[in-house]
Amino acid sequence: MYRYDQYDQAMVDARVAEFRDQVARRLAGKMNDDQFKPLRLKNGLYLQLHAYMLRIAIPYGTLNSGQMRTLAHIARRYDKGYGHFTTRQNIQFNWIKLAEAPDILADLARVEMHAIQTSGESIRNISADPYAGAAADEICDPRPWAELLRQATSFHPEFSYLPRKFKIAVIAAEVDRAALRWHDCALRIVTNAAGEQGFEVYAGGGMGRTPMIAFKIRDFLPAGQIFSYLQAILRVWNLHARRDNIHKQRMKILVHTLGEDAFRTEVEAAFTHILTLGSDFPAAEYDRIAAHFTPPPFDADAPDDMDLSDPDFARWVARQVVAHKMPGYAIVNISLKPVGGIPGDVSADQMDAIADIAQKYSFDDLRSAYTQNLVLPHVRKADLFAVWQALKAINLVDTNRDQITDIIACPGLDYCSLANARSIPLAQKIAQRFADPAVGDDIGDLNIKISGCINACGHHHAGHIGILGVDRKGIENYQLLLGGSGAEDISAAKITGPGFDEDGVVDALERAVNAYRAQRTPGERFIDTYRRVGMDGFKEAIYG
Amino acid sequence: MAEILRLRDDAPIHAPLFSIDDFLAEPAARAVRIEAGEDVTQIFPHLGRIDLVEIAFPRFRDGRGFSSARLLREAGYVGELRAAGDVLVDLIAFMRRCGFDAFAPDAPLDGDDVANALNRFPYAYQHASDAAVPIWKLRHG
Repeated sequence: MYRYDQYDQAMVDARVAEFRDQVARRLAGKMNDDQFKPLRLKNGLYLQLHAYMLRIAIPYGTLNSGQMRTLAHIARRYDKGYGHFTTRQNIQFNWIKLAEAPDILADLARVEMHAIQTSGESIRNISADPYAGAAADEICDPRPWAELLRQATSFHPEFSYLPRKFKIAVIAAEVDRAALRWHDCALRIVTNAAGEQGFEVYAGGGMGRTPMIAFKIRDFLPAGQIFSYLQAILRVWNLHARRDNIHKQRMKILVHTLGEDAFRTEVEAAFTHILTLGSDFPAAEYDRIAAHFTPPPFDADAPDDMDLSDPDFARWVARQVVAHKMPGYAIVNISLKPVGGIPGDVSADQMDAIADIAQKYSFDDLRSAYTQNLVLPHVRKADLFAVWQALKAINLVDTNRDQITDIIACPGLDYCSLANARSIPLAQKIAQRFADPAVGDDIGDLNIKISGCINACGHHHAGHIGILGVDRKGIENYQLLLGGSGAEDISAAKITGPGFDEDGVVDALERAVNAYRAQRTPGERFIDTYRRVGMDGFKEAIYG
Repeated sequence: MAEILRLRDDAPIHAPLFSIDDFLAEPAARAVRIEAGEDVTQIFPHLGRIDLVEIAFPRFRDGRGFSSARLLREAGYVGELRAAGDVLVDLIAFMRRCGFDAFAPDAPLDGDDVANALNRFPYAYQHASDAAVPIWKLRHG
């Protein structure tokens, strides 16, 4: 993985010192909270219902064991002993004291981590395929480009006071494990007819109150020009976006207002100009970064077969383990969705144990996924049983990947000051309702995504079944949505009709699932049946 | 208005500021004020007669002026480029990198805070409209 050199370290250290100074000025009353807010947000610090929340960047979802142990340390020392993995591959701590935030950033800097631009109206942490470097279906590892863009977009002087947040994702496979086109700028690495690598570029995606799927703005951009092109997109948006209504300032709104063709024309004109400035990183710098992502020393003779005589282990392998590009190796998905647990939450002790497992069995490499799960990318098949036993010891061997209990949920009203409704208890109730693994297997692939407010951190627009918590005259109310996807078959979910109370929405969801089971043809997933029969095929079952 | 903080060595400019429309109508005008959202490229044909461009920051959250400043510098403008309005100390370093070399903040800035802000980051990751050498160039000589 990428390691800082003196320059990277100096920049992060300077940021810690800057934030320490800003916090001191705030605590001394030299700044009001209105002035302090954008500064703390640029360091991932939100003021929530009960305390400050710190969001720490996990660039392109890649961590090593030392970094994971530092997260465990932060959970113990500064929080209540746990952390929460987010839908953008980051981690959040919910019980932070403002005065201690600079110390946390200093602890992070010691393991080459930071919270830079994890919130606020800035270019956010860049997300990527959590299987990068391991997936059997990728054409290359997308992370060198993600790291190059991380550097290029850090402390960008022109784009640090953007109209709104700006999210980038990078993948290099047909299968989309990063919710690609739900991002403001989505990049898929492709190879053209001449055998050169470049990017398919999409722009204008986003969730929030106005869900939009990014449109393809470029079929093929030579890879080395990506920073110029990204700056062109950002400049057009920065200059032309509305500034009078925060709900209409995301880039997707500008794309919608101008129209895709006019937006593209503006971007291409800006790109032609920016290309002349020489701001693209040279090939030598890409090569330097890429050298950090060379494959680990795989054992070419690693055996490909394994003993599946233990049925619990066999079930876990069948559900949680997927193909690796190297024979004899496998990708392990660690479910952070135990029935009755909080989606994405991990205790400090679990973090330490996962760090040990990653160090011992996965070349010190660990990933976070937007599904709020973790990934061990490079495990020898011969070690899978030992890994399973080690995960079992910390109660992380749930076998529900992409099933009905693998629920994405935002923190909701239990923590978040923006929320209208609670998400976590609802996720727990649904998981309990469908806790029987045999039921989960029968229902098959089904992504449930829950947001506690219109901002859509729980990706409800992208759920096969989405749930949106709203405030209805002071009472928590839940809207049910069907038909969304965050995968390569991307689509935006549609609201079924009138909302429900907390128990009512669980019942309604069950009726929708039963309608699927009654109507499905062999091999059809929930989403396939929905697409075939449409909302009408579910509405009567849901509302009777 | 508070004192103007100037990071240029040449003599202060006292020419009156014109709006874009008035500037375009007045051949003798040498100083222009760009309001947030105005198209700075309108004055590009006249850069040779301009000594001062003032770009308005009505609210510190409104970052349009950063792009306007860069467009001006990229078009070859070498005169004074002044950020005026809700210019907070934490914006100064970014503004400097976008080509601003004078600041007219609504509220006075503490001189030490400004010096700290300008000297905080030892390097820059990317090319911009200042003399900073990007880190990638330092790495590769």
